[in-house]
Amino acid sequence: MLHLVLFLVFGAICVAGAINLLAQTHPISSALSLVVVMASLAVEYLLLGAEFVAVVQVIVYAGAVMVLFVFVIMLLNAGREERTQGSRIATILGIPGVLAGGLLVAWALLERSDTGAVGLGSLPGYPKTIGGLLFHEFLLPFEVTSILVLIAIMGAVVLASKPGTRTPPAGKES
Amino acid sequence: MVPVSYYLILSGILFTCGVIGFLIKRNIITIFMSIELMLNGVNLSFVALAAHWQKLNGQVFVFFVMVVAAAEAAVGLAIIIEVYRTRETLNVDQVNLLKL
Repeated sequence: MLHLVLFLVFGAICVAGAINLLAQTHPISSALSLVVVMASLAVEYLLLGAEFVAVVQVIVYAGAVMVLFVFVIMLLNAGREERTQGSRIATILGIPGVLAGGLLVAWALLERSDTGAVGLGSLPGYPKTIGGLLFHEFLLPFEVTSILVLIAIMGAVVLASKPGTRTPPAGKES
Repeated sequence: MVPVSYYLILSGILFTCGVIGFLIKRNIITIFMSIELMLNGVNLSFVALAAHWQKLNGQVFVFFVMVVAAAEAAVGLAIIIEVYRTRETLNVDQVNLLKL
């Protein structure tokens, strides 16, 4: 019972944040409602027992990624978005299509599936067990991830550096 | 006890909100945030199905998705800064050429 109440409360906060993200016109308001969505999702992870994932969600997503977003919004001095004609077709055709697809999936999940129920914290994902899995079964993907992050760091530095400081390619130097 | 399908429906709602935001928003930063919303919805379904099958692999996949999303956010925001520097706008309707 407690599980269901907590799920419903934080699920409602989550959905409200997601809808508020769509309703707001200023990017900073959208960013703050995205923080609400991520924080309440961390609670949902905790209800499922995924402790490590919940903590990483708060630190990486609600922390690092959103700080990056807010930093860029402030840096670029982003104002309210203006409505243009190009978005009308997407609004007319896209939203009913997406809603129909979502309703179909929800109906299939509620009526046609035999997924059981899970208890409070039914599968505890402690950092120790996750780490053991990462360093034994998923060692190769984990190492490939480190290369990916290295490439992303270099790409971000190259892209965001000032245009004048970038060295031209060797062949084009006069 | 909460049915797994409730968690899956919540993740579906989040993904749908992300897709709608991707379609109707015109600000490039908000579109990027909608993509993050979709990734979060997928993560929730990973964790819920991990609890359903009683296997921890789903939670490890969530870890990988988070790493890829963080890398994507870093590179994507750098690209947004570059776009703003060359065009001085964040409206995607005015960014219709790869080359200036």
